[in-house]
Amino acid sequence: MLLKELTEASGVSGNEKEVRDLIISEIKDYVDSYKIDRIGNIIAYKKGKDIGKKLMVTAHMDEVGLMIKDIDNDGFLKFMTVGGIDKRILVSKPVLVGKDKLPGVIGAKPIHLQKPDERTKALNIEELYIDIGARSKEEAEKYVSVGDYAIFDSEYIEFGEELIKAKALDNRVGCSLLIKLIREVTDISFYAVFTVMEEVGLVGAGPAAFEVNPDYAIILEGTLCYDMPKLDTHLIPTYLNKGPAISLIDRTTIYNKDLRNKIVEIAEKNNIPYQFRKTSMGGNDSGKIHTTREGSITATISVPCRYIHSPASVMSKKDYDNTYALLKEVLSQFKKEEL
Amino acid sequence: MNVNFGLLKELVGIYGPASNEKPIREYIENEIKDYVDEIEVDSLGNLIARKKGNGKKVMISAHMDQIGLMIIDIDDKGFLRFTNVGGISPYISISQKVVFENGTVGVIYHEPVGDISKLKLENMYIDIGAFSKEEAEKKVSIGDICIYKTDFEENENVVFTRYLDDRVGCFIAIEAIKNISNPVNDLYFVFSTQEEVGLRGAKTAAYKIDPDIGIALDVTAHGDTPKAKRFAVGLNKGAAIKVKDNSIICHPKIRELLVNIAKENEIPYQMEVLEFGGTDSGAIHISREGVPSGVISIPTRYVHSTVEMASKNDITNCLKLLIKFLENEINI
Repeated sequence: MLLKELTEASGVSGNEKEVRDLIISEIKDYVDSYKIDRIGNIIAYKKGKDIGKKLMVTAHMDEVGLMIKDIDNDGFLKFMTVGGIDKRILVSKPVLVGKDKLPGVIGAKPIHLQKPDERTKALNIEELYIDIGARSKEEAEKYVSVGDYAIFDSEYIEFGEELIKAKALDNRVGCSLLIKLIREVTDISFYAVFTVMEEVGLVGAGPAAFEVNPDYAIILEGTLCYDMPKLDTHLIPTYLNKGPAISLIDRTTIYNKDLRNKIVEIAEKNNIPYQFRKTSMGGNDSGKIHTTREGSITATISVPCRYIHSPASVMSKKDYDNTYALLKEVLSQFKKEEL
Repeated sequence: MNVNFGLLKELVGIYGPASNEKPIREYIENEIKDYVDEIEVDSLGNLIARKKGNGKKVMISAHMDQIGLMIIDIDDKGFLRFTNVGGISPYISISQKVVFENGTVGVIYHEPVGDISKLKLENMYIDIGAFSKEEAEKKVSIGDICIYKTDFEENENVVFTRYLDDRVGCFIAIEAIKNISNPVNDLYFVFSTQEEVGLRGAKTAAYKIDPDIGIALDVTAHGDTPKAKRFAVGLNKGAAIKVKDNSIICHPKIRELLVNIAKENEIPYQMEVLEFGGTDSGAIHISREGVPSGVISIPTRYVHSTVEMASKNDITNCLKLLIKFLENEINI
């Protein structure tokens, strides 16, 4: 199962090699050309019908994670977060450290020893550490260097009728959709771009867009989902199982109204469920892509993911299938030059 | 110089929030098309109009977009929930009327809140007088953007209205286009998009034009009202020549040139050192290999409210300064 492999691979921002290698092995027989650019993006090209416009479909490869910043005298690893992680979720989580994926646990003071006021507050990241079982600094240094990355140790599992739990669904779900698209859509020319370092400021997308210089770009994402029943509907950014989320506005882009309306039309015509992403929080590669060079027209289509940026994000296979169906239809409309 | 403030009144009344500038773009295009040599619209919706000349390539940018409110949800009773497009204040928005592109009018109000200082946009809604979701959906769709609806007022000294920011800059650019007949310099007037959400239109327009010099026309703040925060810009004290804001430190030679032109032509001016905010020059000056850039600012009270106020003399002086700047050979 590709999504299992993708989510279990390690690829914190700036360290995407393992994911990149996996993606390349999955796509290389299905593209006309591909390259790794100077910042680490995969830029692949698939030749089909030329529509007279350059179309680019993108997904970022990187995930949020941790970086080791110091090793203390007792062999515990001090760390910082890479990308947006809620520090309250870190305590007691198993992690894998460095290239060799050394197992470790994020440790903290046990509840018994916490003073009453400490129990009401989230532990500061300075008070946390990764325990890799080393008994001294020297022992730890045999296995770990300052600058090494750590990922959450979290297995891909399927549960309930149609749900998936995994780490890094943001954005391996986008990578998985794009790989499937590369493998199955053969009749239209497009660039497939897998970017690096989205989670630390959309770093890879700018250089990729500069090189490809697209007219249109579709950004594939895993996006936030918080569909708790007691909330007012306008406070629910997306729902699980209500189909692909089409973006309206976020911190980095106001999505082109005409393209957005056409995507909605396509969904309705093909009876594909869809929803709007009803929050302006967050941002994605579109922000850099649509303002690079002379500008381009972009849309973001996302799979809703509960508990995003945590070791256990959750998505629905139904949403995945509907997102793919919509994406495929959108490309076929590009082919008919209806977009 | 006779300045037609009637056109300004028209400009502030036309719909064009960030990302949805089509109505204002079409209006401006129609207004200037007989006075320019080339005109085009790029993929972000910028209107780029060229008046050909042999001198320096100058990009003059005034943003045509406005702040607004985007609908993200329609509830079962027909009330609309929204998010901000640009700098929308919850307090300023209370009980303001809004209007959509199709003319639908609504009013902004808020849920009962114990402490009004904690008011957030997510606790506010727009009431368009619909009695059901279905009725509301006939008039408004999710993703639609509405703008404030207030009237234009003027007296012999000032104009006050919604959206001087930055239709007054557009106004000055249009009047300059009409008043410059044989340009010495190669002039690219850009009516830019999406300034209010981060100078996005100016960025792509500057890349396309690749100018030698950039000039933005935009409103700036004021320091001349009761107990206002200290700021050396006030109404009716002349065109403001920007030194810096949060997006740019203006090129010293452009700044000096503007000051010298103002002095030579006895155009009242004031220097502007702004500790926040930004405008299109912020994007232009770091485009490609860099572009020496400056800003002519129109001193404006109550920016991003529904009653922005500027002095007619200042507007006229900004226009005079721009025309004199563009009419002469520019050596920097």
